[in-house]
Amino acid sequence: MQVTRFPARASGLADRMSGFIAHLRANGLRVGPRETGDALAALTVVDATDAHQARQALCSVLAGDAEDWRRFDELFDAYWFNAGKQRAGMTQNAHVRVQSAKPVIWQQQNAASDEISGENDQIGAPGAADGDADGIDGHLIAIRTTNLSRRDLRELMDEQALKQAETAALRLARAIRDRRSRRRRRSMRGRSLDMRRIQRASLARGGEPMDLFRRTRPPRPMRIVALCDVSGSMTVYARVFLAFLKGLIGSGAEADAYLFHTRLMRVTDALRDHDTLRAAGRLSLMAEGFGGGTDISGSLEGFLSGYGARALNGRTIVLILSDGYCSSDPQALGDVLARIQRKARRIVWLNPLKGWESYAPVAAAMQAALPHLDAHLPANTLEALAALEPQFRKL
Amino acid sequence: MTLSDVQNGLAAQGYVADDRLAMALHLAQALGRPLLLEGPAGVGKTEVAKVMAGWRDARLIRLQCYEGLDASHAIYEWNYQRQLLAIRASEARGGAREAELFSDEYLLKRPLLEAILEESPPVLLIDEIDRADEEFEAYLLEILSDFQVTIPELGTIKAKVRPVVILTANGTRDLSDALRRRCLYSFLDYPSRDRELAILRARMPQIEGLLARQIVDVVQALRKEDLEKTPGIAEMLDWAAALSGLGVNDLAQSRGEVQATLVCLLKTAADYDAAPPEVMDRLIGKVA
Repeated sequence: MQVTRFPARASGLADRMSGFIAHLRANGLRVGPRETGDALAALTVVDATDAHQARQALCSVLAGDAEDWRRFDELFDAYWFNAGKQRAGMTQNAHVRVQSAKPVIWQQQNAASDEISGENDQIGAPGAADGDADGIDGHLIAIRTTNLSRRDLRELMDEQALKQAETAALRLARAIRDRRSRRRRRSMRGRSLDMRRIQRASLARGGEPMDLFRRTRPPRPMRIVALCDVSGSMTVYARVFLAFLKGLIGSGAEADAYLFHTRLMRVTDALRDHDTLRAAGRLSLMAEGFGGGTDISGSLEGFLSGYGARALNGRTIVLILSDGYCSSDPQALGDVLARIQRKARRIVWLNPLKGWESYAPVAAAMQAALPHLDAHLPANTLEALAALEPQFRKL
Repeated sequence: MTLSDVQNGLAAQGYVADDRLAMALHLAQALGRPLLLEGPAGVGKTEVAKVMAGWRDARLIRLQCYEGLDASHAIYEWNYQRQLLAIRASEARGGAREAELFSDEYLLKRPLLEAILEESPPVLLIDEIDRADEEFEAYLLEILSDFQVTIPELGTIKAKVRPVVILTANGTRDLSDALRRRCLYSFLDYPSRDRELAILRARMPQIEGLLARQIVDVVQALRKEDLEKTPGIAEMLDWAAALSGLGVNDLAQSRGEVQATLVCLLKTAADYDAAPPEVMDRLIGKVA
């Protein structure tokens, strides 16, 4: 999370509110000037001096989805109560959360932000003395850990790897997509003649078949749903896989992409962004918690109960990119795969570990998953991915 | 109207709302903005709108969304049959006036237009908006931000009074940012134990304290189990009604009835298999 320092020289409520909106925006909420006005309007109809009421009112106005809704309390505390950067001598308010109640990562951030802000105060003071009109007080201090994870993700996508992955994904998508229907439909250039229409048209010419009509088999596109594991054990491969997903989405096939570690998020829209760097930036905002533990079955469960209803049908191929190391119950993984299997056409597991020479799927989770998979294929480098094409043709 | 008015009003209708929901409803009315409610199935999203209508003594206009819903089913449509008849009739009489054909008389009003034309502010419920196609969201934007409908033949119709608009979604599809930005937002989750108990008391005061506690505890425990369809509040109330109808006073004493009435809670075959008598015995044993 990015922590914003409370602007000490902010003159009034409007000023502070716009600071809060900027703070939310820095933390990934989609809010703008219009929301600033809304937030102020909302405060006029509630008891704005009651922090509890103000918090709830602002949450309704400013949160856009369930994710924002859950994060709002922390962001609110961070800005209005300086909870992200506890200062000695600050008046203890009843609404300030107790530090020990927060997760460990939060405490680390506190330490980091204290350090950074310490430096910043030194830099900031002379700037203010110089009469800087804007003042330094209000600006954003990014937390070191956040910065790191973001830069990592951005480095994951260099131009060349992206191109390679895109071609690999494109080929795979084509291999899957090229499923011809068994039925024939009328078309300008088809292989077979449409005898029925020819005969019907021949009546106008006294029974002479002058106009030839043709029929062809229309292509029936397969849908691809890709679920990519971005937990700690997969960090090494994330570079390849994210590029692969980007290629898959850009391939023109009907494709849908999701990332998961302990929870699941849909990244199709982020990947569709033509600007690669911006796409990576959006991804890194989403992949908060990237590189942590894995809950494959929980994530798949979440997928099935939420997006699954729309994303899966009889012409869907589900690609799971994961190493199968999972903290949850293997039986649960088997069950949820069985349910996906009922709804989708094929399930393909791309496992980076399978590329290793002496790999055997002994992990309990993989054991439980295997009976439900249509294919379990190796995928640890771009070359390996590209080599999968013939395998996919067979599916 | 203040926040406590909203809380009291909802309570009077037998709806137990948490603080955040009450606040969101209060703001929706005070600021005249639509409210988007998200959350799992069966937590009372649709019920909010019904209760709001009941409390404000307003008309409830409901638009159930589905795949393929379009403007002619949601906003308005011209009554082509009547227009054709009118043309024929006026031909027979001689001297047709074509301007009359596109008047109010020949307009079929669908829920959204109806909500805008209403004299006293109605409650407009747009249910399961995520089931409708993305294009339909675009139709909604004009209505939700300006409360007006543009009909090319008649011009723009502005709302006389702003309706209270409640949208619900289950998260089967991501809604567009444009729609989200026009709405206030609230997320409804499964209720806590105390709140669920309060809901049961409000809805079925005839149920004894012991049984009510047991019912709520079992349902809460069942939600933690690995089920395909987690039972919601509606299922809990159904089950409570079934049990009290059978004259059950204590779950521990009447295991047979519990198994027989599980159809109220569990809605798929797999879930039914996942809760055999032993599991239920364990759950009941824990709470009794």
